[in-house]
Amino acid sequence: MYPLEGATPEAAEAQAAAAVAAAEDRRLVQGLRDGDEAVYTELVRRWHPAMVRVARMYVRDRGVAEEVVQETWLAVLQGIDRFEARSSLKTWVFRILTNRAKTRGVREARTVPFSALAGAADGDEPAVPEDRFLGAEDPRAPGAWATPPRSWAALPEERLEARETLDCIRMAIADLPDAQRTVIALRDIDGWTAAEVRDALEITDANQRVLLHRARSKVRMACETELEAA
Amino acid sequence: MSATALRCQELVELVTDYLEGALSPGDLRRFEEHIALCDACTEYLRQLRETIRLVGAITPDDLTPEAESELLGLFASWKAGSG
Repeated sequence: MYPLEGATPEAAEAQAAAAVAAAEDRRLVQGLRDGDEAVYTELVRRWHPAMVRVARMYVRDRGVAEEVVQETWLAVLQGIDRFEARSSLKTWVFRILTNRAKTRGVREARTVPFSALAGAADGDEPAVPEDRFLGAEDPRAPGAWATPPRSWAALPEERLEARETLDCIRMAIADLPDAQRTVIALRDIDGWTAAEVRDALEITDANQRVLLHRARSKVRMACETELEAA
Repeated sequence: MSATALRCQELVELVTDYLEGALSPGDLRRFEEHIALCDACTEYLRQLRETIRLVGAITPDDLTPEAESELLGLFASWKAGSG
């Protein structure tokens, strides 16, 4: 999916970035075809956390997820000669992973289909608790902040990035429902694009955003509680 | 404020769509009009951006040495077999 030549600077920039990505993919694919261990190791290290995360959407057990990752690499190595670069290498690898993980998940009868988890129908979860806003009957301004967020601007950088804050964020992420946790980790820890997450998890763009929204909102709230406690 | 102006409580639910560039042109305009006049929502948006930055500061779990050696072993036997 490479952008067409565009008139805007953004489009030109995106096109340049896509060209760089395509060249990088050619280097990696060639490396794998040549049996270059350095290239293989680079990819294993870069993608392993995300591969385990995605696999665990379908298989509960971490050990089984690791096995799925191994099976995936074997399939990648065996199939790399047939890779035609119609998608990025990453998309192709994660598609293999998802298929394997699903097969394993079915066999273990764990399967909570992801789409069910990802559904927007799992109840109202406001980004900010209702009682932080003025009620609908309030004569002043219904729906306006009653307890507005306190500024973080005055907090020193060391406080924001303190171990306690990061630990609190880690815990908040660990407490999220599976689908929300997977999406925020892929997007904000692993740095994936929205489209990459959508493809790897086989969800819609809208679902991806709902999951990300809920996850980020909860993590912000956890940060707020932690930072105000200090 | 017009009758269709966003309330703060509505704005906080649109923040992700805003950051993802997924708001309709109408909602984008209402969002930006609200933010321009509302310090609390401006702070909320800033906090959300800060949260994203802090989540990015978390390092993913490293590949364990055992997992790495299994994956490298797999590569070695594939290479030997496909040689």
